[in-house]
Amino acid sequence: MSTIGFWISGVVGRTLAYSVPLLLSTLGEIYAERSGILNLGVEGLMSLGAFSAFAVTFFSGNPWLGVAVSGVVAGCASLVHAFFSVTLRTNQVVSGLALGMLGMGVSGVLGRDFEGKVLATTLPVFRLPFLSALPGFEKHNVFVYVSLGLAVILWFVLFHTRWGIVIRSVGENPAACDAMGVNVTLVRYACVFFGGVLAGLSGGYLSLGYRPSWSYGMTAGVGWLAIALTIFAFWNPFWGMVGAYLFGILYHFSFRFQAQVSPELLNTLPYLFPLVALSFVSRLAARRKVGPPASLGVPYQRGSS
Amino acid sequence: MRLRFQVTRRLEPSASMVFFVSVLSLLLAFLVSGLLFAFLGISPLEAYRVFWRGAFGSLYALSETVKRMIPLAIIGAGLAVSFQASVWNIGAEGQMLIGAIVGTWVALFSPLPPSLLLPAMFILGFLGGALWGAFAAWCRNRLAINEIITTLMLNYVAANLVLYLILGPWKGKTVRGFAYTDPFPQEAWLATIGTTRVPLMTFLFAFLAALFCYFLLTKTTFGFELRVVGRGEKAAHLAGIPAQRVVALVLFLSGGLAGIAGVGEVSGIHHMLRHPAHISLGYGFTAIIVAWIARANPLGVLASAFLFGALMSGQDALKVAFGIPFQVMYILNGLVLLFLIASEQLLYYRVTLRVAPWGEKEDEYDRVLD
Repeated sequence: MSTIGFWISGVVGRTLAYSVPLLLSTLGEIYAERSGILNLGVEGLMSLGAFSAFAVTFFSGNPWLGVAVSGVVAGCASLVHAFFSVTLRTNQVVSGLALGMLGMGVSGVLGRDFEGKVLATTLPVFRLPFLSALPGFEKHNVFVYVSLGLAVILWFVLFHTRWGIVIRSVGENPAACDAMGVNVTLVRYACVFFGGVLAGLSGGYLSLGYRPSWSYGMTAGVGWLAIALTIFAFWNPFWGMVGAYLFGILYHFSFRFQAQVSPELLNTLPYLFPLVALSFVSRLAARRKVGPPASLGVPYQRGSS
Repeated sequence: MRLRFQVTRRLEPSASMVFFVSVLSLLLAFLVSGLLFAFLGISPLEAYRVFWRGAFGSLYALSETVKRMIPLAIIGAGLAVSFQASVWNIGAEGQMLIGAIVGTWVALFSPLPPSLLLPAMFILGFLGGALWGAFAAWCRNRLAINEIITTLMLNYVAANLVLYLILGPWKGKTVRGFAYTDPFPQEAWLATIGTTRVPLMTFLFAFLAALFCYFLLTKTTFGFELRVVGRGEKAAHLAGIPAQRVVALVLFLSGGLAGIAGVGEVSGIHHMLRHPAHISLGYGFTAIIVAWIARANPLGVLASAFLFGALMSGQDALKVAFGIPFQVMYILNGLVLLFLIASEQLLYYRVTLRVAPWGEKEDEYDRVLD
């Protein structure tokens, strides 16, 4: 391969690999927030997913089982948040933060004995006809394709199906939905659960596919980035995908300067990008008058508004 | 006839009720974490005993508790103010680290005479943390970026800055490859109380910060304004209150107090700048709960900070005795928070059993509530 081709394939490949966890957890957060529930526990859910995927794979030797468990575990954990914010109608910021702490704590405590362990089997390389022949697409596991496909599907579902209308309406005006016979509680529970599953899967990808290992703190703030990216994406899965790849490529380039700039300073960039990106987007949003779902963070109580 | 639960809304829960519910949620969190200990193969009773001894069992234990209470109280007082204004400052951790960085610069590299070192460290440390916090306010006011995102992201930035400094330009010449700065000159050390490791000055600062914030909240126009902003920016706007300025000042103040706490840690405990995880044992995050459990009342923060100081030192004893990883603190914190917000419902709704005649519709009662 030519030098340029090699370079492109490197950039594309690393960008795709970085973007997967960000994309998955952003898609999940978009659905939760579209239904009106702000879930700040994504980081903890990811950590929980990463740990459970690793532990299950370590004992069973089957990475697919690990992937499944990571989704289920984080999904069930996110139901705690759903219970507090939907049923008990508590403050969603605090409930989400508490869930995040629990996720980090549980994965840290239970996961200590797994630090530094090596897996016998990890997610295999997955190839699609044609697509996998493109530069940078050669050596990826199935998550890269699933997350890409999921972004398109979720975009379609949200904006072009009845389900999507229901979810968006619940996030905008739950009282009207309730009057129309929509089960607001069920929709919100389902969306939070779905968001939790995706956060867990993105954690599973980290510990089984991206860099097969488990260490506390390996999620490195990606869960928080997902919350920033959700705003950046105007709560739209399509822009979420664009944003995730954009962030991915920015990270990749920031790592390429390690010879010139100290790695600690470069490490601040992933956390400054979202601020820069959001500062551009927020003006655009103000001009086009698009904002968060009208009932985001507001608990719904029948008959009280 | 049938029995029914009637739920009535209280307007303002009594102080004793708040206290009772807070203690109850703490106890519940402890009970649940007992299950976790059992799961880890540790007898919960033994764990509670070790915990108690580690938090209160001796003068040393008590001083360790107070040592941790100090930063929690200083940061928590500022966060109480910020939560009253509904400003979600999740970045005290980073603001504290910036305070520590600025304090270290003054102690090691400033040309000031020795007698001025300590005052300058605290004043500039306050300013450093305050500006770090105010940047989030600027992002919120000018760029419309939610302060939760900004303050959180800036935590990571601040931690990486500390790492950069201790591994790079500020790496100590006398520390043989370890990742921290040279020790501060003696003039930049805080005096401790008696033989304990509790710095006297920051201990006093904790009380001053709580009193100041309490006074600010309850006795000044600004305190009134920020509480109105906390109820909703639209209401504040209608009342002619400049919400943006209030938000900026609140983040400036809470960031500054976190900065002071950071200076207190480096000049009172460590006498050097070192790894972020050593400077702050998660104080910035724990202080969120400290402020929340005190219902954002700065005086209550003193009590809850002491409680969480005890939690932290008791937990340290657990770590030593049973080798439980430090993340157990997060579990405990998360549980306390969850039980607390669940008990909010208990505080604001009185549940009573009453005899209702058949055929009465449920909704009629619910309507009485509001």
